[in-house]
Amino acid sequence: MINIITSHWSELLTGFGWTIFSSVLALLFSLVIGSIFAILEVLPNKIARTIGKIYVEVFRNIPLLVITMFFYIAIPMYIVKINGFVAGTIGLTIYTSAFIAETVRSGIQSIDKGQMEGARSTGMTYWQSMRYIILPQAFKIVIPPLGNQFVNLVKNSSVLAFVAGFDLMYQGNAIASTTFDTINSYLVVGLLYLIITLPLSYYMQYLEKRLV
Amino acid sequence: MKKLRLIPLLLMLLMLLAGCSSKSLAEQSVLKNSRETKTITWGVKADTKLFGLEDVRDGKQKGFDVDMAKLITKKMLGKNSEAKFVTVTSQSRIPLLKNGNIDAIIATMSATPERAKIVEFSNSYFDAGQSLLVPNDSTINSTDDLAGKTVLGVVGSNSVINIKKAAPKAKVLQLQDYAQAMTALKSGQGDALTTDNGILYGMAVENPGFKVVGGTFTKEPYSIAANKGQSGFTKEANKAIKEIEKSGEYNKLIKKWFGDVPGFNYKELYR
Repeated sequence: MINIITSHWSELLTGFGWTIFSSVLALLFSLVIGSIFAILEVLPNKIARTIGKIYVEVFRNIPLLVITMFFYIAIPMYIVKINGFVAGTIGLTIYTSAFIAETVRSGIQSIDKGQMEGARSTGMTYWQSMRYIILPQAFKIVIPPLGNQFVNLVKNSSVLAFVAGFDLMYQGNAIASTTFDTINSYLVVGLLYLIITLPLSYYMQYLEKRLV
Repeated sequence: MKKLRLIPLLLMLLMLLAGCSSKSLAEQSVLKNSRETKTITWGVKADTKLFGLEDVRDGKQKGFDVDMAKLITKKMLGKNSEAKFVTVTSQSRIPLLKNGNIDAIIATMSATPERAKIVEFSNSYFDAGQSLLVPNDSTINSTDDLAGKTVLGVVGSNSVINIKKAAPKAKVLQLQDYAQAMTALKSGQGDALTTDNGILYGMAVENPGFKVVGGTFTKEPYSIAANKGQSGFTKEANKAIKEIEKSGEYNKLIKKWFGDVPGFNYKELYR
Protein backbone atom coordinates (compact mmCIF):
# COMPACT_ATOMS: atom_id res chain seq x y z
CA MET A 1 0.00 0.00 0.00
CA ILE A 2 2.85 2.35 0.89
CA ASN A 3 4.64 1.77 -2.42
CA ILE A 4 1.47 2.60 -4.36
CA ILE A 5 1.40 5.95 -2.55
CA THR A 6 5.09 6.68 -2.96
CA SER A 7 5.32 5.74 -6.63
CA HIS A 8 2.00 7.21 -7.75
CA TRP A 9 1.51 10.17 -5.46
CA SER A 10 1.32 12.69 -8.31
CA GLU A 11 -1.53 10.83 -10.06
CA LEU A 12 -3.29 10.32 -6.75
CA LEU A 13 -2.93 13.99 -5.87
CA THR A 14 -4.27 15.05 -9.28
CA GLY A 15 -7.23 12.73 -8.84
CA PHE A 16 -7.80 13.97 -5.31
CA GLY A 17 -7.84 17.56 -6.60
CA TRP A 18 -10.28 16.87 -9.42
CA THR A 19 -12.57 14.94 -7.09
CA ILE A 20 -12.68 17.82 -4.62
CA PHE A 21 -13.10 20.39 -7.38
CA SER A 22 -15.97 18.48 -8.97
CA SER A 23 -17.61 17.86 -5.59
CA VAL A 24 -17.42 21.51 -4.53
CA LEU A 25 -18.83 22.75 -7.84
CA ALA A 26 -21.61 20.18 -7.79
CA LEU A 27 -22.35 20.92 -4.12
CA LEU A 28 -22.76 24.67 -4.67
CA PHE A 29 -24.82 24.38 -7.84
CA SER A 30 -26.99 21.53 -6.61
CA LEU A 31 -27.73 23.41 -3.37
CA VAL A 32 -28.94 26.43 -5.34
CA ILE A 33 -30.84 24.46 -7.99
CA GLY A 34 -32.25 22.05 -5.40
CA SER A 35 -33.52 24.90 -3.22
CA ILE A 36 -35.17 26.60 -6.19
CA PHE A 37 -37.04 23.43 -7.12
CA ALA A 38 -37.94 22.81 -3.46
CA ILE A 39 -39.58 26.24 -3.28
CA LEU A 40 -41.33 25.61 -6.62
CA GLU A 41 -42.75 22.44 -5.12
CA VAL A 42 -44.44 24.23 -2.21
CA LEU A 43 -45.73 27.31 -4.06
CA PRO A 44 -49.51 27.83 -4.17
CA ASN A 45 -49.28 28.00 -7.99
CA LYS A 46 -50.17 24.62 -9.45
CA ILE A 47 -48.04 24.90 -12.61
CA ALA A 48 -44.92 25.73 -10.58
CA ARG A 49 -45.62 22.77 -8.31
CA THR A 50 -45.96 20.42 -11.28
CA ILE A 51 -42.70 21.64 -12.84
CA GLY A 52 -40.89 21.09 -9.54
CA LYS A 53 -42.42 17.65 -9.11
CA ILE A 54 -41.52 16.51 -12.63
CA TYR A 55 -37.90 17.66 -12.29
CA VAL A 56 -37.45 15.90 -8.98
CA GLU A 57 -39.17 12.67 -9.97
CA VAL A 58 -37.36 12.37 -13.31
CA PHE A 59 -33.82 12.99 -12.13
CA ARG A 60 -34.19 11.23 -8.80
CA ASN A 61 -35.26 8.05 -10.55
CA ILE A 62 -32.64 7.80 -13.31
CA PRO A 63 -29.28 6.25 -12.40
CA LEU A 64 -26.52 8.81 -12.09
CA LEU A 65 -24.39 6.92 -14.60
CA VAL A 66 -27.10 7.20 -17.25
CA ILE A 67 -27.46 10.96 -16.75
CA THR A 68 -23.70 11.38 -16.93
CA MET A 69 -23.24 9.23 -20.03
CA PHE A 70 -26.03 11.24 -21.67
CA PHE A 71 -24.14 14.47 -21.11
CA TYR A 72 -20.85 12.90 -22.17
CA ILE A 73 -22.08 11.28 -25.38
CA ALA A 74 -25.24 13.02 -26.57
CA ILE A 75 -24.56 16.68 -25.81
CA PRO A 76 -21.17 16.84 -27.64
CA MET A 77 -22.70 15.02 -30.61
CA TYR A 78 -25.52 17.51 -31.17
CA ILE A 79 -24.99 20.68 -29.16
CA VAL A 80 -21.67 21.69 -27.66
CA LYS A 81 -18.35 19.96 -26.99
CA ILE A 82 -17.87 19.24 -23.31
CA ASN A 83 -15.23 17.04 -21.78
CA GLY A 84 -15.65 14.23 -19.28
CA PHE A 85 -15.06 16.40 -16.25
CA VAL A 86 -17.75 18.91 -17.22
CA ALA A 87 -20.20 16.20 -18.26
CA GLY A 88 -19.63 14.33 -15.01
CA THR A 89 -20.02 17.43 -12.87
CA ILE A 90 -23.23 18.44 -14.66
CA GLY A 91 -24.59 14.93 -14.17
CA LEU A 92 -23.66 15.01 -10.49
CA THR A 93 -25.25 18.43 -10.02
CA ILE A 94 -28.54 17.50 -11.62
CA TYR A 95 -28.79 14.17 -9.86
CA THR A 96 -27.94 15.58 -6.43
CA SER A 97 -30.14 18.65 -6.85
CA ALA A 98 -33.20 16.38 -7.20
CA PHE A 99 -32.40 14.80 -3.82
CA ILE A 100 -31.65 18.17 -2.23
CA ALA A 101 -34.96 19.52 -3.54
CA GLU A 102 -36.80 16.67 -1.82
CA THR A 103 -34.87 17.23 1.42
CA VAL A 104 -35.44 20.97 1.51
CA ARG A 105 -39.11 20.56 0.56
CA SER A 106 -39.69 18.21 3.47
CA GLY A 107 -38.00 20.81 5.70
CA ILE A 108 -40.23 23.61 4.50
CA GLN A 109 -43.36 21.51 4.90
CA SER A 110 -42.38 20.47 8.40
CA ILE A 111 -42.61 24.10 9.56
CA ASP A 112 -45.92 24.65 11.29
CA LYS A 113 -48.57 26.36 9.15
CA GLY A 114 -49.08 28.87 11.94
CA GLN A 115 -45.65 30.36 11.18
CA MET A 116 -46.70 31.36 7.68
CA GLU A 117 -50.11 32.57 8.87
CA GLY A 118 -48.51 34.58 11.68
CA ALA A 119 -46.00 36.15 9.32
CA ARG A 120 -48.67 37.05 6.80
CA SER A 121 -50.90 38.56 9.49
CA THR A 122 -48.10 40.94 10.51
CA GLY A 123 -48.27 42.35 6.97
CA MET A 124 -45.38 40.49 5.31
CA THR A 125 -45.85 39.38 1.70
CA TYR A 126 -45.66 35.68 0.79
CA TRP A 127 -42.06 36.02 -0.37
CA GLN A 128 -41.01 38.01 2.69
CA SER A 129 -42.45 35.40 5.05
CA MET A 130 -40.73 32.67 3.02
CA ARG A 131 -37.40 34.49 3.11
CA TYR A 132 -37.36 35.65 6.72
CA ILE A 133 -39.54 33.18 8.62
CA ILE A 134 -39.93 29.82 6.86
CA LEU A 135 -36.63 29.18 5.02
CA PRO A 136 -34.27 29.93 7.95
CA GLN A 137 -36.17 27.48 10.13
CA ALA A 138 -36.45 24.92 7.34
CA PHE A 139 -32.72 24.91 6.57
CA LYS A 140 -31.90 24.37 10.24
CA ILE A 141 -34.08 21.27 10.28
CA VAL A 142 -32.64 19.81 7.07
CA ILE A 143 -28.96 20.15 7.99
CA PRO A 144 -28.51 16.48 9.01
CA PRO A 145 -30.14 15.03 5.87
CA LEU A 146 -28.32 17.62 3.73
CA GLY A 147 -25.05 16.44 5.27
CA ASN A 148 -25.88 12.92 4.12
CA GLN A 149 -26.50 14.22 0.61
CA PHE A 150 -23.13 15.98 0.57
CA VAL A 151 -21.29 12.85 1.67
CA ASN A 152 -23.17 10.89 -1.00
CA LEU A 153 -22.23 13.54 -3.52
CA VAL A 154 -18.50 13.12 -2.84
CA LYS A 155 -18.79 9.36 -3.18
CA ASN A 156 -20.94 9.64 -6.29
CA SER A 157 -18.29 11.80 -7.91
CA SER A 158 -16.53 8.53 -8.70
CA VAL A 159 -18.87 8.45 -11.69
CA LEU A 160 -16.34 10.76 -13.36
CA ALA A 161 -14.09 7.74 -13.83
CA PHE A 162 -16.49 6.38 -16.42
CA VAL A 163 -16.25 9.46 -18.60
CA ALA A 164 -12.48 9.99 -18.21
CA GLY A 165 -12.87 12.87 -15.75
CA PHE A 166 -9.42 12.41 -14.15
CA ASP A 167 -10.86 11.98 -10.63
CA LEU A 168 -9.61 9.67 -7.87
CA MET A 169 -11.43 6.62 -9.17
CA TYR A 170 -10.10 7.20 -12.71
CA GLN A 171 -6.54 7.41 -11.40
CA GLY A 172 -7.21 4.38 -9.20
CA ASN A 173 -8.28 2.37 -12.25
CA ALA A 174 -5.21 3.49 -14.15
CA ILE A 175 -2.86 2.69 -11.26
CA ALA A 176 -4.49 -0.69 -10.66
CA SER A 177 -4.09 -1.62 -14.30
CA THR A 178 -0.46 -0.56 -14.59
CA THR A 179 0.76 -1.98 -11.27
CA PHE A 180 -1.62 -5.00 -11.33
CA ASP A 181 -1.84 -4.47 -7.56
CA THR A 182 -5.60 -4.14 -7.61
CA ILE A 183 -6.39 -4.60 -3.94
CA ASN A 184 -3.90 -2.05 -2.67
CA SER A 185 -4.68 0.48 -5.40
CA TYR A 186 -8.34 0.54 -4.48
CA LEU A 187 -7.55 0.53 -0.75
CA VAL A 188 -5.52 3.71 -1.23
CA VAL A 189 -8.32 5.26 -3.26
CA GLY A 190 -10.81 4.28 -0.55
CA LEU A 191 -8.64 5.90 2.11
CA LEU A 192 -8.40 9.10 0.09
CA TYR A 193 -12.19 9.24 -0.21
CA LEU A 194 -12.39 8.80 3.57
CA ILE A 195 -10.06 11.79 3.98
CA ILE A 196 -12.69 13.89 2.22
CA THR A 197 -15.89 12.39 3.59
CA LEU A 198 -15.00 11.85 7.26
CA PRO A 199 -14.20 15.53 8.02
CA LEU A 200 -17.29 16.48 6.05
CA SER A 201 -19.57 14.29 8.11
CA TYR A 202 -17.93 15.43 11.37
CA TYR A 203 -18.37 19.04 10.33
CA MET A 204 -22.03 18.42 9.56
CA GLN A 205 -22.46 16.82 13.01
CA TYR A 206 -20.80 19.82 14.60
CA LEU A 207 -23.06 22.23 12.69
CA GLU A 208 -26.07 20.21 13.72
CA LYS A 209 -25.15 20.46 17.41
CA ARG A 210 -24.40 24.16 17.23
CA LEU A 211 -27.49 25.22 15.32
CA VAL A 212 -30.26 23.03 16.69
CA MET B 1 -15.56 12.06 20.86
CA LYS B 2 -16.51 8.43 21.34
CA LYS B 3 -16.87 7.99 17.61
CA LEU B 4 -13.32 9.13 16.95
CA ARG B 5 -12.13 5.91 18.52
CA LEU B 6 -13.63 4.07 15.58
CA ILE B 7 -11.08 5.45 13.14
CA PRO B 8 -8.03 3.47 14.30
CA LEU B 9 -10.23 0.39 14.35
CA LEU B 10 -11.25 1.01 10.77
CA LEU B 11 -7.66 1.49 9.72
CA MET B 12 -6.69 -1.76 11.35
CA LEU B 13 -9.45 -3.53 9.46
CA LEU B 14 -8.14 -2.10 6.19
CA MET B 15 -4.60 -3.23 6.94
CA LEU B 16 -5.92 -6.69 7.72
CA LEU B 17 -7.69 -6.79 4.35
CA ALA B 18 -4.53 -5.69 2.65
CA GLY B 19 -2.58 -8.45 4.35
CA CYS B 20 -4.70 -11.41 3.47
CA SER B 21 -4.66 -11.50 -0.30
CA SER B 22 -2.93 -14.50 -1.84
CA LYS B 23 -2.97 -18.19 -0.75
CA SER B 24 -6.28 -19.20 -2.23
CA LEU B 25 -7.93 -21.14 -5.06
CA ALA B 26 -5.42 -19.64 -7.42
CA GLU B 27 -2.60 -21.51 -5.68
CA GLN B 28 -3.84 -24.98 -6.60
CA SER B 29 -2.73 -26.66 -9.82
CA VAL B 30 -5.09 -25.56 -12.55
CA LEU B 31 -4.00 -28.36 -14.85
CA LYS B 32 -4.77 -31.03 -12.27
CA ASN B 33 -8.11 -29.50 -11.38
CA SER B 34 -9.24 -29.11 -14.96
CA ARG B 35 -8.21 -32.68 -15.81
CA GLU B 36 -10.36 -33.92 -12.93
CA THR B 37 -13.39 -31.80 -13.79
CA LYS B 38 -12.88 -31.98 -17.58
CA THR B 39 -13.51 -28.27 -17.82
CA ILE B 40 -11.43 -25.15 -18.26
CA THR B 41 -12.91 -21.80 -17.29
CA TRP B 42 -11.67 -19.18 -19.73
CA GLY B 43 -11.83 -15.44 -19.32
CA VAL B 44 -12.91 -13.94 -22.65
CA LYS B 45 -13.94 -10.49 -23.85
CA ALA B 46 -17.58 -9.71 -24.53
CA ASP B 47 -17.22 -6.28 -26.12
CA THR B 48 -14.67 -6.96 -28.86
CA LYS B 49 -15.95 -7.82 -32.29
CA LEU B 50 -14.11 -10.67 -34.06
CA PHE B 51 -12.40 -11.82 -30.81
CA GLY B 52 -15.04 -12.04 -28.13
CA LEU B 53 -18.42 -10.40 -28.52
CA GLU B 54 -21.56 -11.29 -26.61
CA ASP B 55 -24.37 -12.27 -28.93
CA VAL B 56 -27.43 -10.55 -27.45
CA ARG B 57 -29.74 -13.24 -28.81
CA ASP B 58 -28.31 -16.18 -26.84
CA GLY B 59 -26.01 -14.40 -24.40
CA LYS B 60 -22.96 -16.38 -25.57
CA GLN B 61 -19.58 -14.87 -26.33
CA LYS B 62 -18.45 -15.44 -29.90
CA GLY B 63 -15.21 -14.74 -31.70
CA PHE B 64 -11.74 -15.92 -32.59
CA ASP B 65 -10.58 -16.09 -28.96
CA VAL B 66 -13.64 -18.13 -28.00
CA ASP B 67 -13.19 -20.62 -30.84
CA MET B 68 -9.49 -20.94 -30.06
CA ALA B 69 -10.32 -21.65 -26.42
CA LYS B 70 -12.78 -24.37 -27.41
CA LEU B 71 -10.22 -26.04 -29.68
CA ILE B 72 -7.45 -25.81 -27.08
CA THR B 73 -9.71 -27.28 -24.39
CA LYS B 74 -10.52 -30.24 -26.65
CA LYS B 75 -6.82 -30.81 -27.43
CA MET B 76 -5.79 -30.57 -23.79
CA LEU B 77 -8.53 -32.56 -22.07
CA GLY B 78 -9.99 -34.83 -24.74
CA LYS B 79 -13.25 -35.01 -26.67
CA ASN B 80 -15.88 -34.87 -23.91
CA SER B 81 -14.38 -31.90 -22.14
CA GLU B 82 -16.03 -28.54 -21.80
CA ALA B 83 -14.86 -24.96 -22.13
CA LYS B 84 -16.64 -22.53 -19.83
CA PHE B 85 -16.57 -18.83 -20.49
CA VAL B 86 -16.55 -15.88 -18.11
CA THR B 87 -16.71 -12.33 -19.41
CA VAL B 88 -13.70 -10.20 -18.53
CA THR B 89 -12.49 -6.73 -19.43
CA SER B 90 -8.94 -5.49 -19.92
CA GLN B 91 -9.16 -4.21 -16.38
CA SER B 92 -10.71 -7.18 -14.59
CA ARG B 93 -8.95 -10.10 -16.28
CA ILE B 94 -5.80 -10.22 -14.13
CA PRO B 95 -7.62 -9.78 -10.78
CA LEU B 96 -10.10 -12.51 -11.80
CA LEU B 97 -7.25 -14.84 -12.72
CA LYS B 98 -5.44 -14.07 -9.47
CA ASN B 99 -8.43 -14.81 -7.27
CA GLY B 100 -9.18 -18.08 -9.07
CA ASN B 101 -12.47 -17.13 -10.76
CA ILE B 102 -11.01 -18.14 -14.10
CA ASP B 103 -8.37 -20.74 -14.98
CA ALA B 104 -6.86 -18.88 -17.90
CA ILE B 105 -7.22 -15.71 -19.93
CA ILE B 106 -7.71 -15.73 -23.69
CA ALA B 107 -8.87 -12.16 -24.15
CA THR B 108 -6.84 -10.19 -26.70
CA MET B 109 -4.00 -10.08 -24.19
CA SER B 110 -0.47 -9.26 -25.33
CA ALA B 111 2.43 -10.93 -23.59
CA THR B 112 4.39 -7.99 -22.18
CA PRO B 113 7.43 -8.27 -19.89
CA GLU B 114 5.59 -6.41 -17.07
CA ARG B 115 2.68 -8.79 -17.21
CA ALA B 116 4.99 -11.78 -17.48
CA LYS B 117 6.18 -10.96 -13.95
CA ILE B 118 2.77 -11.79 -12.50
CA VAL B 119 1.20 -14.26 -14.92
CA GLU B 120 2.43 -17.25 -16.93
CA PHE B 121 2.15 -16.77 -20.70
CA SER B 122 1.82 -19.43 -23.39
CA ASN B 123 3.26 -19.04 -26.88
CA SER B 124 1.42 -16.51 -28.99
CA TYR B 125 -1.76 -17.52 -30.79
CA PHE B 126 -2.37 -14.35 -32.81
CA ASP B 127 -0.04 -11.78 -34.38
CA ALA B 128 -1.35 -8.43 -33.17
CA GLY B 129 0.08 -4.93 -33.29
CA GLN B 130 -1.19 -1.53 -32.34
CA SER B 131 -2.84 0.81 -34.84
CA LEU B 132 -5.13 3.86 -35.06
CA LEU B 133 -8.81 4.23 -35.94
CA VAL B 134 -9.95 7.65 -37.19
CA PRO B 135 -12.98 9.14 -38.96
CA ASN B 136 -12.75 8.97 -42.78
CA ASP B 137 -12.27 12.75 -43.09
CA SER B 138 -9.48 12.91 -40.47
CA THR B 139 -6.08 14.43 -41.26
CA ILE B 140 -4.32 11.88 -39.04
CA ASN B 141 -2.31 9.38 -41.07
CA SER B 142 0.10 7.99 -38.52
CA THR B 143 1.27 8.44 -34.94
CA ASP B 144 3.37 11.43 -36.11
CA ASP B 145 0.21 13.47 -36.66
CA LEU B 146 -1.05 13.04 -33.11
CA ALA B 147 0.68 16.02 -31.42
CA GLY B 148 -1.92 18.04 -29.55
CA LYS B 149 -4.71 15.61 -30.46
CA THR B 150 -6.77 13.54 -28.08
CA VAL B 151 -6.37 9.79 -28.36
CA LEU B 152 -8.88 7.40 -26.79
CA GLY B 153 -7.87 4.10 -25.27
CA VAL B 154 -9.20 1.53 -22.84
CA VAL B 155 -8.18 1.52 -19.20
CA GLY B 156 -5.96 -1.44 -18.31
CA SER B 157 -4.90 -2.11 -21.86
CA ASN B 158 -1.30 -1.97 -22.94
CA SER B 159 -2.16 0.39 -25.78
CA VAL B 160 -2.48 3.48 -23.58
CA ILE B 161 1.08 2.97 -22.35
CA ASN B 162 2.40 2.41 -25.89
CA ILE B 163 0.68 5.46 -27.35
CA LYS B 164 2.22 7.68 -24.69
CA LYS B 165 5.62 6.48 -25.90
CA ALA B 166 4.82 6.65 -29.63
CA ALA B 167 3.16 10.07 -29.44
CA PRO B 168 4.29 11.83 -26.25
CA LYS B 169 2.55 15.09 -27.21
CA ALA B 170 -0.88 13.52 -27.57
CA LYS B 171 -3.48 13.70 -24.81
CA VAL B 172 -4.68 10.25 -23.78
CA LEU B 173 -8.13 9.53 -22.35
CA GLN B 174 -8.81 6.11 -20.84
CA LEU B 175 -12.36 4.80 -21.12
CA GLN B 176 -13.97 1.75 -19.58
CA ASP B 177 -14.33 -0.53 -22.60
CA TYR B 178 -14.11 -0.56 -26.40
CA ALA B 179 -17.81 0.09 -26.92
CA GLN B 180 -17.58 3.22 -24.79
CA ALA B 181 -14.35 4.34 -26.45
CA MET B 182 -15.97 3.95 -29.88
CA THR B 183 -19.03 5.96 -28.77
CA ALA B 184 -16.74 8.65 -27.41
CA LEU B 185 -14.87 8.78 -30.74
CA LYS B 186 -18.18 9.13 -32.58
CA SER B 187 -19.33 11.95 -30.33
CA GLY B 188 -16.08 13.84 -30.86
CA GLN B 189 -14.54 13.34 -27.43
CA GLY B 190 -11.31 12.30 -29.15
CA ASP B 191 -9.58 12.47 -32.55
CA ALA B 192 -8.41 8.88 -32.76
CA LEU B 193 -8.90 5.54 -31.04
CA THR B 194 -5.93 3.31 -30.46
CA THR B 195 -5.66 -0.37 -29.73
CA ASP B 196 -4.68 -3.60 -31.48
CA ASN B 197 -5.26 -3.85 -35.23
CA GLY B 198 -7.56 -6.87 -35.02
CA ILE B 199 -9.94 -5.06 -32.69
CA LEU B 200 -9.87 -1.89 -34.78
CA TYR B 201 -10.72 -3.83 -37.95
CA GLY B 202 -13.73 -5.20 -36.11
CA MET B 203 -14.78 -1.68 -35.22
CA ALA B 204 -14.28 -0.44 -38.79
CA VAL B 205 -16.53 -3.26 -40.02
CA GLU B 206 -19.28 -2.25 -37.60
CA ASN B 207 -18.95 1.50 -38.09
CA PRO B 208 -18.79 2.72 -41.67
CA GLY B 209 -17.22 6.17 -41.77
CA PHE B 210 -14.17 5.12 -39.78
CA LYS B 211 -10.87 3.73 -41.09
CA VAL B 212 -7.70 2.16 -39.74
CA VAL B 213 -4.58 4.18 -40.57
CA GLY B 214 -0.81 4.07 -40.14
CA GLY B 215 -0.23 0.31 -40.14
CA THR B 216 0.95 -1.28 -36.91
CA PHE B 217 3.50 0.61 -34.86
CA THR B 218 4.09 -2.14 -32.29
CA LYS B 219 4.40 -5.92 -32.31
CA GLU B 220 2.34 -7.43 -29.51
CA PRO B 221 1.22 -10.95 -30.25
CA TYR B 222 -1.63 -12.30 -28.15
CA SER B 223 -0.98 -15.12 -25.71
CA ILE B 224 -2.91 -17.20 -23.26
CA ALA B 225 -2.25 -16.31 -19.63
CA ALA B 226 -2.47 -18.55 -16.58
CA ASN B 227 -1.62 -17.61 -13.03
CA LYS B 228 2.03 -17.39 -12.00
CA GLY B 229 3.40 -20.84 -11.19
CA GLN B 230 0.96 -22.64 -13.50
CA SER B 231 3.60 -23.45 -16.10
CA GLY B 232 2.21 -27.00 -16.37
CA PHE B 233 -0.93 -25.50 -17.83
CA THR B 234 0.80 -23.19 -20.31
CA LYS B 235 3.08 -26.00 -21.52
CA GLU B 236 0.04 -28.11 -22.36
CA ALA B 237 -1.58 -25.08 -24.01
CA ASN B 238 1.53 -24.59 -26.16
CA LYS B 239 1.31 -28.18 -27.34
CA ALA B 240 -2.36 -27.68 -28.17
CA ILE B 241 -1.67 -24.48 -30.12
CA LYS B 242 1.00 -26.24 -32.15
CA GLU B 243 -1.35 -29.10 -32.99
CA ILE B 244 -4.06 -26.68 -34.06
CA GLU B 245 -1.63 -24.83 -36.31
CA LYS B 246 -0.35 -28.06 -37.88
CA SER B 247 -3.78 -29.52 -38.58
CA GLY B 248 -4.89 -26.43 -40.52
CA GLU B 249 -7.67 -25.67 -38.03
CA TYR B 250 -5.89 -22.44 -37.16
CA ASN B 251 -6.04 -21.09 -40.72
CA LYS B 252 -9.67 -22.10 -40.97
CA LEU B 253 -10.46 -20.03 -37.91
CA ILE B 254 -8.51 -17.06 -39.27
CA LYS B 255 -10.51 -17.23 -42.48
CA LYS B 256 -13.79 -17.61 -40.58
CA TRP B 257 -13.26 -14.46 -38.52
CA PHE B 258 -11.02 -12.21 -40.60
CA GLY B 259 -11.96 -13.28 -44.14
CA ASP B 260 -14.57 -10.54 -44.56
CA VAL B 261 -12.70 -7.54 -43.20
CA PRO B 262 -12.45 -4.96 -45.98
CA GLY B 263 -8.96 -3.71 -46.76
CA PHE B 264 -7.32 -6.42 -44.70
CA ASN B 265 -5.40 -9.35 -46.13
CA TYR B 266 -6.25 -12.15 -43.72
CA LYS B 267 -3.68 -14.45 -45.29
CA GLU B 268 -0.97 -12.39 -43.56
CA LEU B 269 -2.16 -14.03 -40.37
CA TYR B 270 -1.82 -17.60 -41.63
CA ARG B 271 0.55 -19.88 -39.78
